[in-house]
Amino acid sequence: MGAEHLPASEFDIEELEQSLVTSDPADAPPLVQLMAPDGSLREDTKYGHYAAHLDGEALRAMYRDMALVRRFDQEATALQRQGQLLLWPPLLGQEAAQIGSGTALQAQDYVFPTYREHGVALTRGLELSKVLRLFRGVSNGGWDPRESNFHLYTLVLAAQSLHAVGYAMGVQRDGDDAVTVAYFGDGASSEGDVHESMVFAASNQSPVVFFCQNNHWAISVPTEVQSRIPLSNRASGYGFPGVRVDGNDVVAVHAVTRWALERARSGKGPVLIEAFTYRMSAHTTADDPTKYRELAEEEKWRERDPLLRLERYLRSTNTAGQDFFDQIAAEADKLAASTRADVLAMEAPDFEDHFANVYAEPHPLIREELEWHRQYQAGFAEETAGQAEGEAR
Amino acid sequence: MATMTIAKAITSGLRAVLADDPKTLIMGEDIGKLGGVYRVTEGLQAEFGADRVVDTPLAESGILGTAIGLSFRGYRPICEIQFDGFVFPAFNQITTQLAKIRSRSSGMLSAPVVIRIPYGGGIGSIEHHSESPEALFAHTAGLRIITPSNPHDAYWMTQQAVACQDPVIIFEPKRRYWLKGEVDTESAGRDAFSAQVVREGTDVTIVAYGPLVPVALAAAEAAQEDGNSVEVIDLRSISPIDFDTVTASVEKTGRLIVTHEAPTFGGIGGEIAARVAERAFLSMEAPVLRVGGFHMPYPLAKVEEQYLPDIDRLLEALDRSLAY
Ligand SMILES: Cc1ncc(C[n+]2csc(CCOP(=O)(O)OP(=O)(O)O)c2C)c(N)n1
Ligand SMILES: [Mg+2]
Repeated sequence: MGAEHLPASEFDIEELEQSLVTSDPADAPPLVQLMAPDGSLREDTKYGHYAAHLDGEALRAMYRDMALVRRFDQEATALQRQGQLLLWPPLLGQEAAQIGSGTALQAQDYVFPTYREHGVALTRGLELSKVLRLFRGVSNGGWDPRESNFHLYTLVLAAQSLHAVGYAMGVQRDGDDAVTVAYFGDGASSEGDVHESMVFAASNQSPVVFFCQNNHWAISVPTEVQSRIPLSNRASGYGFPGVRVDGNDVVAVHAVTRWALERARSGKGPVLIEAFTYRMSAHTTADDPTKYRELAEEEKWRERDPLLRLERYLRSTNTAGQDFFDQIAAEADKLAASTRADVLAMEAPDFEDHFANVYAEPHPLIREELEWHRQYQAGFAEETAGQAEGEAR
Repeated sequence: MATMTIAKAITSGLRAVLADDPKTLIMGEDIGKLGGVYRVTEGLQAEFGADRVVDTPLAESGILGTAIGLSFRGYRPICEIQFDGFVFPAFNQITTQLAKIRSRSSGMLSAPVVIRIPYGGGIGSIEHHSESPEALFAHTAGLRIITPSNPHDAYWMTQQAVACQDPVIIFEPKRRYWLKGEVDTESAGRDAFSAQVVREGTDVTIVAYGPLVPVALAAAEAAQEDGNSVEVIDLRSISPIDFDTVTASVEKTGRLIVTHEAPTFGGIGGEIAARVAERAFLSMEAPVLRVGGFHMPYPLAKVEEQYLPDIDRLLEALDRSLAY
């Protein structure tokens, strides 16, 4: 060995330790909350006024969106159970996080979702049954993102976070006033793409809001495996603000998102929002949470159900009466019925169509393989015709 | 002898290596408490502890990169990638680091990391869950690539991969995870990097691997009824390829069909066709034919059967081959 080794340390390593600890993992940051689980309102001098415009009508509309998407979600789960969908990732429990953030967007803003943002899809005016095309296996997309500014679902975790930043970089170059929102989960927050997207966003001061739904689970893995500190605290390491909001409080989510969007819009760069929420159902219909989590935990979060919270508020303040809830329930059932009808009516895809959009420009291999496929299929048709003829004779 | 499914045979193989060598550990997403989305590691964390069967943070580059570092420290990590379509965040670590370290260090360092990847279609799933990316890895020198097609091989090849001094990727045919068969737990019978003639014949050779071996055998059975004798080779190892076994068969039959789910363009079938042409040209009665996927992203579940090689497509190729 060339280098002289220092002698083993005679220092007390604990000496500086206390002063170094900047956040105790057990110590939760302040959770922005404007409506408590019992439905009572909370004062918040920082974000409160970003929700001041929410009158009775606006809150009833938010409740409606949440109830509709929950019913839709329930119907999709049922359709999967009945073999009509390949798979379904339920959003149950995350309605406030999604409706609260989605309703804060302006028309020109552009959303990059994961695969669970059915509530955000609703707020973007997307016909919800279109989301089911992917899960019925008749499309790998399902809608035109340019119509709703709601991008296609991305199944490869975190890939879309970089797209959101790139889109925002384009917005900057155009001198436009749109903001992009990158949705991702607590699990996906560990992927390199999320970290790189934050580096790029900070470097460019891009108008992007990182919206992380911390629903406490990445399939069977709890959030503690991904991070020792609250996820929102990570933002400071990249050089932009991070906020942890009660993700089951639709008012607070709306307010914080609105603030983040306006901030980004005014040229001040990205924000990370961690919506602290809970995946009340399974990861997907293929998953069995009893294998890895306690029922008591699910019970605890049921108490914090986002719809129940808003309902308590609406009832206790007489902002909505029984009539309203009955009417919403009826509307939700209608949505469920039309969703079912839409799914059953979805046309099976044509295999030949898969050759169509691999490239924009003519490609000889595509032409050759398509030709071969047609001839091969025609061989069967001839065979069947021959058989039918034979039988007829 | 024991009867088990491919999935359980892999579980048993993993259990054996965990019990045998304290330096082995399994790393991946949802492999601990849940036992993996296909339950291949079921029970192993309870048996060997959370530091031997590790639920990692959710990052494939992180899994592979740290596995490489662990191997430098003398450990033998076995990484599970949840689905074929999700290996790509780790592609950089696998191809630029894992594959090259032995060569870069003039043989001083090696990284005997094992990567298990459930692959292939036919499971009626959504995108990124049905792909066959083996050729992308086979093109990289320094990686060994194997794929078992039956429980016996699954049990032994898993263990042989861990024992190997080189990095090994095991592509596991996920649609056959529940295929049952006999496992001789006393003897492997052959090494992981060789091909096996699984049915003897004289007229045509079909080379298949992984999920398509049962399809090739069924096609051979159907051909038999028409009086054609088909030899079927289970390739088992994609890198290296056991060309001696393949060439010997073609020298006998004079005809070769290679099938895989992956697209034919740039695929393993093309490599086999070229090598066999170089080695056995004078024995050949027909050009090597390939039956594989098309040059397109893996298709939608509702029509995937039109993409996947099946008995009819093999028989059609057989007719073409015999017609020369
Ligand atoms: C790159 C990649 N790796 C693995 C997967 C498999 N996978 C799908 S969802 C999931 C967990 C995601 O958890 P989280 O980000 O918290 O989102 P949530 O499902 O809770 O909404 C995993 C591991 C994937 N889709 N993509
Ligand atoms: Mg999650």
